[in-house]
Amino acid sequence: MNFSVSGSSVSKGETFKDTVRNIEAMKVDMIVVRHGSAGVPQYLTRISDSVVINAGDGIHEHPTQALLDMYSIREKLGKLEGLKVCIVGDIAHSRVALSNIFGLQAMGAEVSVCGPATLIPRNISELGVKVIHNIDEAIQENDVLNILRIQLERKAKAAFPSTREYHKYYGITKERMEKNKKDVLLLHPGPINRGVEISSEMADGEHQIILEQVTNGVAVRMAILYLLGTRQGEEN
Amino acid sequence: MQTLLKNLRIIDTTLNIDQKADILIDNGNIEKIGTGIEVNDWNVDIHDMEGCIAAPGFIDIHVHLREPGREDEETVVSGCMGAAAGGFTAIASMPNTDPAADAAEIIESIITKSAKTPVDVYPIGAATIERKGEVLAPIGELVEAGAVAFSDDGVAIKTAGILRRIMEYASMYDAPVIEHCEDESMAGGSMNEGLNSTRFGLTSIPPIAEELTVARDIMMAEYTGAKVHIAHISTAKAVQLVREGKAKGIKVTAEVTPHHFTLTDDSLIDYDTNFKMNPPLRTKTDMLAMHEGLKDGTIDCIASDHAPHAIEEKEMEFEYAPNGILGLETTLGLTLNNLYHQGVLTIPQIIEKLVVNPRNILGIPVPVIREGEKANLTIFNPEKEYKVRVTGFKSKSRNSPFDGYTLKGAPVAIYNRGKFVISQVSG
Repeated sequence: MNFSVSGSSVSKGETFKDTVRNIEAMKVDMIVVRHGSAGVPQYLTRISDSVVINAGDGIHEHPTQALLDMYSIREKLGKLEGLKVCIVGDIAHSRVALSNIFGLQAMGAEVSVCGPATLIPRNISELGVKVIHNIDEAIQENDVLNILRIQLERKAKAAFPSTREYHKYYGITKERMEKNKKDVLLLHPGPINRGVEISSEMADGEHQIILEQVTNGVAVRMAILYLLGTRQGEEN
Repeated sequence: MQTLLKNLRIIDTTLNIDQKADILIDNGNIEKIGTGIEVNDWNVDIHDMEGCIAAPGFIDIHVHLREPGREDEETVVSGCMGAAAGGFTAIASMPNTDPAADAAEIIESIITKSAKTPVDVYPIGAATIERKGEVLAPIGELVEAGAVAFSDDGVAIKTAGILRRIMEYASMYDAPVIEHCEDESMAGGSMNEGLNSTRFGLTSIPPIAEELTVARDIMMAEYTGAKVHIAHISTAKAVQLVREGKAKGIKVTAEVTPHHFTLTDDSLIDYDTNFKMNPPLRTKTDMLAMHEGLKDGTIDCIASDHAPHAIEEKEMEFEYAPNGILGLETTLGLTLNNLYHQGVLTIPQIIEKLVVNPRNILGIPVPVIREGEKANLTIFNPEKEYKVRVTGFKSKSRNSPFDGYTLKGAPVAIYNRGKFVISQVSG
């Protein structure tokens, strides 16, 4: 069943716990949760017996996106180990970034982040991530760029001067790619802000695998539903 | 009615006493102190206190009673019962009630409501009307009604301009300004900014938001000659700023909460909202700086920032849950367990930080244990081990992250205002 804030009692002041109890009373086996607040999936596991799948919590994590990103990279380049992957853009307000960092590092890739200083958390280098502020350097050094959406609807807007300036210094354009090296793979979790983090030409160009990511996302999420739904790996 | 407390170890740092003795109390007054006091009267209430220490009554100068406004979370009376259970004979109440304690009537009503309890309540008045940081509260009238200090706690006093006026005005009454130090433009996060906030994906409050305001307040105290008290200090640099301020002779004092000397932001890994408070739990470096500050006297006292919240408000997504945790019934246990037994502070030092210094900060009389004085005592057992059970708390709320903790060191009883109250905290 589908359950969203606007159609539920959350907006009427019901506590989160009561909402979950109501959903559980409908005898669900599995809860797929996307929530604006970090930690909600963990909280759910404490108050619910259902299988919980995190489909994105606040600016924390988005594990299924990271899995499909990694699947897509490996499908294209044949491996993850030893690859250099740079996540570009609004790292501070992105749940995709953190899951990508953890996932890619676990698979042996070398991860860096690139963006203006105001969009990169102060302590991220402590995660073993290289911080780059120059996009040309990021293109030259890496095999893969995972270009994040600039979250205009979130706080990010106050953290850089304008989308025009962002595009000028961090946008992925044809000229920029030609100026550096050409064989870099471009990913984007979508939806795309054309003309901001990536130009239309590049968003439809030969380096990107944006729509393959979407297709692979279906398969990866089917696999997750199957494996967790049948509680594979659990002892009875 | 007489009460005879036998076999106590009496420690009074003001009188420089550390002796084993019995205390006979008659009608609220200390009748006799001595060894082997015997009475042959069926009406005398006799308690054997072997293994326990008696000190002058402890005071917690940072308590949120929720009356008026949120009596479902705490009332003046329930807060006093929690205080008594936690070993406190006195508390100072913060003014961020609803309405705020910015009028003499509210201060008077808090004092009146506490009159029948065994706990002395010293209200802290709002520094500005509705704690909005715009118009001075009627500080003179509030002092006359019984307010002992001024604060907009919950937030820092909004601007340097109004802070200056409050400090100048409060100085006339020798009343300290108590500051919740947090720069408004960097406030609003759910946890400390650092590696953990990046890992946990939570919005964060940087340590510098606290330090900037501490620096501002110390400089303003120097400029105006006023007394400033830094509430719930939580970062290593803030402690250093206070240390430097004191060295310059500026009238700055500071308190630390038990949670800030006990926990770090590692605790947030489970997104348990009972670990959410403001200032947030910081790093281990900060926590150790609290120990150092307590040891060298930079941090004058321990105060709980007792902040009751309804269960339904804490059973929320982490970012939506309110800040604050209970403290009255765990402060003494955590102090003994984590400071005394870890060798950070001695018992006399703890008594300084829970009895003498906090009262000196507020300019109120420090009780002493001497024949002829009013009996105002906290009795505790530093060696008793027990499990914290929030279900047994006298407070109306249940939001403590320490539920289930095993602590060594327990409140046993208090005597104040002619009442002897035995604590159930350690079961």
